[in-house]
Amino acid sequence: MENNLLSLIIFAPLAGAAINWFLGRRLRNEKFIGVIACGAVAVSTVVAFYLAFKSGGALRSTEPVFDNLWTWIQVGKFRADFGLAMDRLSGTYALFVTFVGFLIHVFAVGYMQKDQGFYRFFAFLNLFMFAMLTLVLADNFLLMFVGWEGVGLCSYLLIGYYIDRKEAGDAAKKAFITNRVGDWGFVMGIMLTFFLTGSISFFDKPAQGVTSALQTIAGMSAVDPFTWHAIFAGGVTSIAILLFIGAAGKSAQIPLYVWLPDAMAGPTPVSALIHAATMVTAGVYMIVRCSAIYTHAPTAMFVVAVIGAATALFAATIGLAQNDIKKVLAYSTISQLGYMFLACGLGAFTAAIFHVITHAFFKALLFLGSGSVIHGMHHEQDMRSMGGLKKYMPITFATMLTGWLAISGIPIFAGFFSKDEILWRTWSAGTFSLPSPPWSKALWFIGALTALLTAVYMTRMMVMTFWGSERFREKHVDHVDNASGIHDDAHHDDHAVHEPHESPWLMTAPLVVLAILSTIGGFIGVPYALGSLAGLHPTNYIEQTLGPVIAKVPGGKTESEPAAAEPIWLSHPPQTTDSAPAFVSLDETAASHSAEEIHGERLLALVSVAIAVLGIVFGWIIFRRRPLLALPRILENKYYVDEIYDATVINPINAGSREGLWKIFDVGVIDGFLHTIGEVVLEGGRAIRHLQGGFVRAYAAIILLGALAVIGFFAYYGVHAMRLLP
Amino acid sequence: MEPQLSWYLALSAVLFTIGAAGVIMKRNVIAMFMCIELMLNAVNLTFIAFSSFFQDVTGQLFVFIVMTVAAAEAAVGLGIIITIFRNRESLDVDDASILKL
Repeated sequence: MENNLLSLIIFAPLAGAAINWFLGRRLRNEKFIGVIACGAVAVSTVVAFYLAFKSGGALRSTEPVFDNLWTWIQVGKFRADFGLAMDRLSGTYALFVTFVGFLIHVFAVGYMQKDQGFYRFFAFLNLFMFAMLTLVLADNFLLMFVGWEGVGLCSYLLIGYYIDRKEAGDAAKKAFITNRVGDWGFVMGIMLTFFLTGSISFFDKPAQGVTSALQTIAGMSAVDPFTWHAIFAGGVTSIAILLFIGAAGKSAQIPLYVWLPDAMAGPTPVSALIHAATMVTAGVYMIVRCSAIYTHAPTAMFVVAVIGAATALFAATIGLAQNDIKKVLAYSTISQLGYMFLACGLGAFTAAIFHVITHAFFKALLFLGSGSVIHGMHHEQDMRSMGGLKKYMPITFATMLTGWLAISGIPIFAGFFSKDEILWRTWSAGTFSLPSPPWSKALWFIGALTALLTAVYMTRMMVMTFWGSERFREKHVDHVDNASGIHDDAHHDDHAVHEPHESPWLMTAPLVVLAILSTIGGFIGVPYALGSLAGLHPTNYIEQTLGPVIAKVPGGKTESEPAAAEPIWLSHPPQTTDSAPAFVSLDETAASHSAEEIHGERLLALVSVAIAVLGIVFGWIIFRRRPLLALPRILENKYYVDEIYDATVINPINAGSREGLWKIFDVGVIDGFLHTIGEVVLEGGRAIRHLQGGFVRAYAAIILLGALAVIGFFAYYGVHAMRLLP
Repeated sequence: MEPQLSWYLALSAVLFTIGAAGVIMKRNVIAMFMCIELMLNAVNLTFIAFSSFFQDVTGQLFVFIVMTVAAAEAAVGLGIIITIFRNRESLDVDDASILKL
């Protein structure tokens, strides 16, 4: 189905960015800029919801909504359209990106007030929304890559937003350069896809004569063998690995995660929007979009699962020992992204997307909450100088409480359902992408351990911030080693002690909305085993919606087959004809779950609840008593990974560039070549300049000699030509 | 005995060689100038000789052109010589070796 409204979703924020950049900088009116920025995103949100949910919309039919704007590149067989497509996956993504994005825009209006670069900030933020929605709604790899680079650019611009601070600029460069490594993989993956399938489109578009690369791969009957050689064989597994390198860069996975913690140098709404809710999940989106490729490449899926699990645990341990409130959340984000990749690697693609959505809710909430705390604390980010804030910031406290419970995995809160889903899928994963069954148990153990650590460090963060003595009254505790810490805003008031204050309604309102979503957001994906426990038969909307567009792992029981192609939105579908199959489908859902399986899933859910509660109790007992408890240095210093990278990668490159490229190649070869040319000309001139002595008679003699030479030449050959001489 | 063409050409070659040698060897500008005139007239002699030998008037026309150019050259050349003399109090060309006045 064609619908030209679709392009409005991406172009509204672009228009907002243009207006704010050209007009907003003249007017310098915060109200005008804020209204334009939020309004542009609001338009996107409304259109996205309309296109997704109207009758025959993207989420209600099996046909994607297309908007083919123009053919961008056509060279031989290669064809890239500037075309948008909203299917069930991109529709789901567009919905939460626009909605959470809108809330964060509103929050930012409050947070950034009286900032010098207000117009610049919102122009970049709107530009980011444009790029992100292009990434999500693109109907081919190349346009997706445009969005992919666009969000990278906006991330760079916004991390380095505080242009007067060196650490912000350094962090921006670090993010940009680290992402280049991933982009290399993405581009190579796209090229290989084209070589293998002759197409880069995600969808079949018969009207345009475009066939889908993903369908071509999905139609391959042979699955790549599970060997390491497959990675370098140049087949589907190689594509999957290359694309995963791209995803690892964008989504901050080992070994390319180092940029994300530093990216906290940007303003807090940026951290919430880009580095928690939307951009960093682009890698997950890309992998789920390419699920057809991954389900043909078990080796690649194994790599994805192991890297995801390793990242989850690794980042969680670092998060345990950070003192900067935003750093804790940054490592928590990396850890949760690891969960999503773990799920992708085991073929639980819907679970990954489900976690992306709930994570967007509760992590945006936690980041905005931390922004509110930072705002209320007059730009103090060190949790060691906080404490006892719940009295001063009741709304922020209450909303962050829900975020805390959600990320820890307490039932009914959103995080519980998605995290439990991932852990259950891990436990019950088949052997498609794993060498042997114990692997799934080992990965589950890592996941469970990470869940425990998550609960502990989030409890630590909450306790240090909201409970305990009011340490901000003691002037600058422990500030000596915080000199290098990143502070959120340029102006550090040096007055004595500020009373913390609650933030204005512009900031608390989005917090409240996100808190509600973090609480009830999980109900869109209640698994059958848990829903039936309460005697209810809730529909697993997320699985029913995404099921049809995601490739299944062959031979695995990873996804319960969606019963009907038509998802059941609300209990009464508008068309009466649909109601009968809807009920049938529910029965089928029940039938597809064996009693043993349901039992196992319930037991595992119980275990994960126990883990969450244990983590919270553990954290509470330790940190309530000693909030400033010193944790192992190696954790606080992030395992010295930055130092290791400096020593093994950056310093050799620097040294190689300085000693080799600069001093030998640039100075020796390039400069040497140019200097040699100059010297040859100079020396030549020096040698023959004696001809021009200024003596007229010498010139005359030379002219005469020249004339004689010419005449002699012609005379000699003339004589020869006439054969007068032998 | 009738004068042959080769006699004229030989005379012309002698005159031209004297003129060329004079231009190179003389240091006095006026003398050099006169030598140039000698070379031009040697060429004129050749033209005339050939014109008469081939019964072709074109050679005579060229002589007129050469004489006109020589007159113009004399005017310009003498002007330059006077200027050099005013500046340097000398007519030696080797004194005027720095390519400017």
